[in-house]
Amino acid sequence: MVEVAYCNAANFYKVSGVSMRLLIVVFTLLFSMVASATIDTYEFKDDVSRERFQQLTNELRCPKCQNQNLAGSNSPIASDLRREIYRMVSAGENDDQIVDFMVTRYGEFVLYRPRVTESTWVLWYGPFVLLAIGAVVILLLTRKRKKTNVIDKTLNDQDQVRLATLLDKGKDK
Amino acid sequence: MRRLVLFVPLFIFVVMGGLFWKGLQLDPTELPSALLDKPVPEFTLPSLQDGNRMLTQKDLQGKAALVNVWATWCPTCKQEHAQLNKIAREEGVVIYGINYKDDRGAAKEWLRRYRDPYALNIYDEEGTLGLDLGVYGAPETYVLDAQGIIRYKHVGAVTEKVWSKLRTVMQQISTKSQG
Repeated sequence: MVEVAYCNAANFYKVSGVSMRLLIVVFTLLFSMVASATIDTYEFKDDVSRERFQQLTNELRCPKCQNQNLAGSNSPIASDLRREIYRMVSAGENDDQIVDFMVTRYGEFVLYRPRVTESTWVLWYGPFVLLAIGAVVILLLTRKRKKTNVIDKTLNDQDQVRLATLLDKGKDK
Repeated sequence: MRRLVLFVPLFIFVVMGGLFWKGLQLDPTELPSALLDKPVPEFTLPSLQDGNRMLTQKDLQGKAALVNVWATWCPTCKQEHAQLNKIAREEGVVIYGINYKDDRGAAKEWLRRYRDPYALNIYDEEGTLGLDLGVYGAPETYVLDAQGIIRYKHVGAVTEKVWSKLRTVMQQISTKSQG
């Protein structure tokens, strides 16, 4: 439970009665701190390994600080797992093996990009189904509107007379 | 029919509201253990008390037991320690300890000072066993059956209430193995 303290990496700064410019500077600093929350010194044999390491630590969730990925978390468990992923990347294991390693220990939960399985179909395809439903609804509504909104623009004789008198009255003024 | 259609947004709202309400009751920090109903991962690690004595997963088999992951740097572990002592001494439950990423001297001193509820203590200095178990925050407590299969996992302190839950799980295990 101690590790909770590490989760709140973004510090709170009290800013009052300062110019907008200073405010912007402070906010910029805040964000830069979050971005560089964790700096490990890992040496990679090539750029491909480094990119794979970055990709994996970005897509795997920290089991302790649940709203952070492994790359962004300061918690000791995240740093252990980064070290482990570094070890596996260096040993030449492929992404599937590394992801399996994490899933067997912490469950599907750690995947920020869930696998496509029966239980995640709703997650992956649900939005498209909703989109399709929305499209059908819009289509039906616009069709209906086209039918009902046809306005008869021709005037009958009575209306023509009324129009003429109204226009004449306008001229007088 | 047209009237009923007007109620569709309300219906959707009620369903969504119900789901959100349900979601608020859930504790997101409680993770289902990926190792449930699987054996304790293989390991070879020294005992805390005797650095020359090597322990393996086989040492945890034979009797339904609790496995408690603890460390001296963990305040919640201190909080639950008295309860563990009570469980071990008064109810005769076997508790195995995993001393997780700790200092051997400090851990021994802790057990001298607060008494030792553990039948065995595995010294996991590097956290390798913790990693294989999917430990993400000490203290964690597992229920093992006699074959060393993980049957339940609790993250956080073992309080009186948690223990009554763990006890039920252990009783279910023992009746199952007899029947």
